[in-house]
Amino acid sequence: MRAAVITYPGSNCDRDLARAFDLAGFEVAKVWHKETQLPAGTDVVGVPGGFSYGDYLRCGAIAARSAISPAVAAHAARGGYVLGVCNGFQVLTEMGLLPGALLRNAGLKYVCRVVGLTVATTDSAFTADYDPGVVIPVPIAHHDGNYTADAATLDRLEADDRVAFRYADNPNGSARDIAGILSENRRVLGMMPHPERRFEAAHGGTEGAALFRALLGQMAPA
Amino acid sequence: MKARVHVMLKDGVLDPQGEAVRHALGTLGFEGVTGVRQGKVIELNLAESDPAKAEAAVRAMCEKLLANAVIEKFSIELVGEIA
Repeated sequence: MRAAVITYPGSNCDRDLARAFDLAGFEVAKVWHKETQLPAGTDVVGVPGGFSYGDYLRCGAIAARSAISPAVAAHAARGGYVLGVCNGFQVLTEMGLLPGALLRNAGLKYVCRVVGLTVATTDSAFTADYDPGVVIPVPIAHHDGNYTADAATLDRLEADDRVAFRYADNPNGSARDIAGILSENRRVLGMMPHPERRFEAAHGGTEGAALFRALLGQMAPA
Repeated sequence: MKARVHVMLKDGVLDPQGEAVRHALGTLGFEGVTGVRQGKVIELNLAESDPAKAEAAVRAMCEKLLANAVIEKFSIELVGEIA
């Protein structure tokens, strides 16, 4: 299976994300944001964390309109998998691939620590290997992770079982403790916490690895 | 022609920064500030001289990039030629 990890100016988790895909057994390509095509045969696109374009205008707004974006949107439209982490989640909402938006943290502070993350659904290729409802420790590092959407959208996300992760102890004011959501076809996941930073023993724990390994095992061809 | 775009969070979207400013004003002794909303102003210099065309173009810019319709609303002000 092939993973393509995009690098924007200001991305700083692209190498971490590429390494996680690599350790999980993917063949990984790095893709510069000025490219207009993904490598042939790309199964999953990784949209990494960081501060693309310095968070100018709105977090993820300018990256969402970069040259590579139409190719990512087309990949998602034909049923390809996409994982957006942190700034990557912000980019995916700005692209309209996931509903809602990420606002400034309710406490106004940048929050950088390990939080408890409840696996809210195991009905996705990303979360299939977790025990339902298990709480895993995963790092967060963000200033704008306060997930918001109108009540109808939140209701629909919950009714369709598209909330992938919730915070056990909400660190940023996110609506309904939402930390990560799935697209309608369950193949696009956006999440603020960093599973790629909880992959190797040296990270302090390996709980994030199951996400990448499950994805490798569960992927249906696009 | 110059256009000034005001981007504000929609009513009902919590604005933590505005709230922090409101608290700070209270701390400084400014009483009676019952609400603060913080937004952005974006000024654009445009080659277009026809006001209707300029406004239509800026509206398209707002919808495509300058504002996020999920959380933000915008208004456009045409401010004529710059000296």
